[in-house]
Amino acid sequence: MRNPLSETVIGIQPSGIRKFFDIVSEMKDAISLGVGEPDFDTPWHIREEGIYSLEKGRTFYTSNAGLMELKMEICRYLKRRHDLDYHYNHEIMVTVGGSEAIDIALRAMLDPGDEVLIPQPCYVSYHPCTVLAGGVPVTIELKGENEFKLTRQQLLSAITDKTKVLVLAYPNNPTGAIMDYGDLKELVDVIIDKDLFVISDEIYAELTYGRKHVSIASFPGMKERTVVINGFSKSYAMTGWRLGYAAGPACIIEQMIKIHQFAIMCAPTTSQYAGVEALKNGDSDVEMMRDAYDKRRRYVVHALRGMGLECFEPYGAFYVFPCIKSLGMSSEEFAAALLQEEKVAVVPGTAFGDCGEGYLRISYAYSISDLKVALGRIEKFVARHAK
Amino acid sequence: MREKILEAIDKNSKLSVSDLAIMLGSTETEVADAIKEMEDETIICGYPTLINWDKVHCERVTALIEVKVTPQRGLGFDKIAERIYQFDEVQSVYLMSGGFDLTVIIEGKTLREVANFVSAKLAPMDTVQSTATHFVLKKYKEHGLPLVQTKTDERMLITP
Repeated sequence: MRNPLSETVIGIQPSGIRKFFDIVSEMKDAISLGVGEPDFDTPWHIREEGIYSLEKGRTFYTSNAGLMELKMEICRYLKRRHDLDYHYNHEIMVTVGGSEAIDIALRAMLDPGDEVLIPQPCYVSYHPCTVLAGGVPVTIELKGENEFKLTRQQLLSAITDKTKVLVLAYPNNPTGAIMDYGDLKELVDVIIDKDLFVISDEIYAELTYGRKHVSIASFPGMKERTVVINGFSKSYAMTGWRLGYAAGPACIIEQMIKIHQFAIMCAPTTSQYAGVEALKNGDSDVEMMRDAYDKRRRYVVHALRGMGLECFEPYGAFYVFPCIKSLGMSSEEFAAALLQEEKVAVVPGTAFGDCGEGYLRISYAYSISDLKVALGRIEKFVARHAK
Repeated sequence: MREKILEAIDKNSKLSVSDLAIMLGSTETEVADAIKEMEDETIICGYPTLINWDKVHCERVTALIEVKVTPQRGLGFDKIAERIYQFDEVQSVYLMSGGFDLTVIIEGKTLREVANFVSAKLAPMDTVQSTATHFVLKKYKEHGLPLVQTKTDERMLITP
């Protein structure tokens, strides 16, 4: 029998998170700080709207690009919160989570051999989705001393004549880093000058602390070369609803809709109705959750620094990315030993790229009392292994 | 700073001053001073515990009483409200708009105790015109917190 599988798929490494997940799930009564989703329930008025849409029998497909009402609300939202102007009819599409948008944006934009710049550590899907789209992923290794921001110099030295797309994911999972106006401005003329396109994954845009999120698409000349990806998962605690969207130039969105139409048809209808309610009446929920995350963030950073771990100030998402190099262990060794000895699960930085070595991702999407218990155990562990 | 502290302790009065200082990005002295001031100004009036008495097999009866009163010249409703809230059985007293004047929530050990309070203490007051007593059958939520909480964290332990 011939090999039933594609060489390309075989060549893709399974996510490093998966490996660790298997170890953790065998562990009884482990506490986890390894979750990449909010601990809040979806606000009730949003859930209620989803239930109502089911009661009303709204159980059919929507148009491929998504409910018109939702697309209009998305446009209003992008204008209101991020000062971005998009037309709901040609420049917006609703997707099955931000992750689908990442996949189809890459597929819509890449030809075989096109290079995609992926600054790491980063979310796990950019690399494999690039490969599946026939592109060539090129890793840019971000540095702790730059607080894991992409610098102009790093960008310049990674560009070749094959480079087509730059993936920007700020606020960042796993580092919690953000790039503010000044940081992005440094990159804009390089991107325009080298004629690159940007896939800007802004799924954590609502979760910045003390600084406002800036979208690279808001810079002059950038809107026409940027696909902004956002969604409801993180800001409205709606991960299980699988609802995201992409905003970009009509020519790219049109082709993305084409792929989406054949592969997916449309995002879940119930979720789309709930999404309308979220955007219309959910601003105060977002504010409440942001406020809660911010308190936990300060708490976790303070505790980690108190243990003597180096930890830059994370201004976004809900992750802290402490450096554990001083303990003389690799990230995986640390995470495995912490799990064995103290039954606390954290994710090794290397799950998000090789340059995550020496770091851990600690999520603070947990209640303060849970964080307290877990951090107490980490403190004991660190004290025991300190050199 | 005051509002931030109040929001933080509204649902959890057990947070320590040092935790609050860390979480609000402030100093312990600043937080402690602000709390002290707010206690003095009776902005913070106490730190009770929210207990689901149903779970401790301890007889307790709560009743909500609608009370119609005759306001007194020059004193309005305050005087009569004060006369009512001084009783230990009384948990809450609110002045209402609409069909009646005061909502009085009282708690007693038995139905008889509550009935006695209404008939012997509350109803005979000079200014009280009428009362309507409603007994609470079950409490679901109080102070913004559900009393029946069986929620567990259903998230997978590790997700990207």
